[in-house]
Amino acid sequence: MTRPLRQTIGAHYGWKDWLVQRVTAVVMILYTLGMLGVALYNGGFDYALWQALFANGAFRIATLLFGLAVLWHAWIGMRDIWMDYIKPTALRLALEVATFVVLVAYAAWLAQILWGTRQT
Amino acid sequence: MKFKIYRYDPEKDAAPRMQDYEVTLDVHDRMLLDAIIRVKAQDDTLSFRRSCREGVCGSDAMNINGKNGLACVTNLKELQEPVVLRPLPGLPVIRDLIVDMSQFFKQYHSIKPYLVNDTPPPEKERLQSPADREELDGLYECILCACCSTACPSFWWNPDKFVGPAGLLQAYRFIADSRDHAASERLDNLEDPYRLFRCHTIMNCVDVCPKGLNPTRAIGKIREMMVKRAV
Repeated sequence: MTRPLRQTIGAHYGWKDWLVQRVTAVVMILYTLGMLGVALYNGGFDYALWQALFANGAFRIATLLFGLAVLWHAWIGMRDIWMDYIKPTALRLALEVATFVVLVAYAAWLAQILWGTRQT
Repeated sequence: MKFKIYRYDPEKDAAPRMQDYEVTLDVHDRMLLDAIIRVKAQDDTLSFRRSCREGVCGSDAMNINGKNGLACVTNLKELQEPVVLRPLPGLPVIRDLIVDMSQFFKQYHSIKPYLVNDTPPPEKERLQSPADREELDGLYECILCACCSTACPSFWWNPDKFVGPAGLLQAYRFIADSRDHAASERLDNLEDPYRLFRCHTIMNCVDVCPKGLNPTRAIGKIREMMVKRAV
């Protein structure tokens, strides 16, 4: 590995991502606890309950929020992994971009599942 | 007592090897360093650093049965045989148990480990209240032995970019010092995804620190100050 001529610092970011990971984790915990609560209250899930849940607009929005929290959390986590282990800048950037694109696609897919019309 | 010690002379050896030793201990031999000195008497080609032999200088940091620690404060009774000794992980080996600490000290220097205060010095000394002084407890005791930083995977992967637990503990030692006037600049200097945020809070540093310090808590305080000044 060639050593850089000069090591520069001061990207001036980091704390926001660190905070976002904590906040998105709280969102995920709340949604998970909510789902567990629903399951316990109704003695598990069946098709009718599942359909009733997702017919509710507020529940869909909560699910979207949960999904976005997962994706944002995963974005920071995946970028951290690339930053930890991938040394060549071009490769690291390519992996970061690919990760970002895939995660945005997942978000679109989630919205489609939640609000799309069912094709049979 | 049986030992398995890492031997490597980069100028002569093609690859490192583990060498077996057996020494008879004296009744007064209590700490691992005493035993290593006996090994050295048997084979004077073995190289290691030591100085104060009482856990103050930080010279004899090494990997003892898989965990970083100071040989001089590691009780022989607590060690399983054969005692496996390796150099601190992640740093270039100069010879046997001696590693090149340049990268470690480069990171230490990068946090400006000295008081920054441009006000005229008072006649006697810069006073602190007992409460202000207490802020430095758990920080000033660091002896820079490098046990923590070389136990940190983030430091192994990015030793040139990540300051490491020792450097960050020292950074907070100056940020927390009521006599220092450069806290904001120090935070600016650390607000960097590599310098500070490679820490993923796995707490290996806390696990190995021979002085019982907590770099993870210091890193947490730095993060907290960054959030406080920004939100």
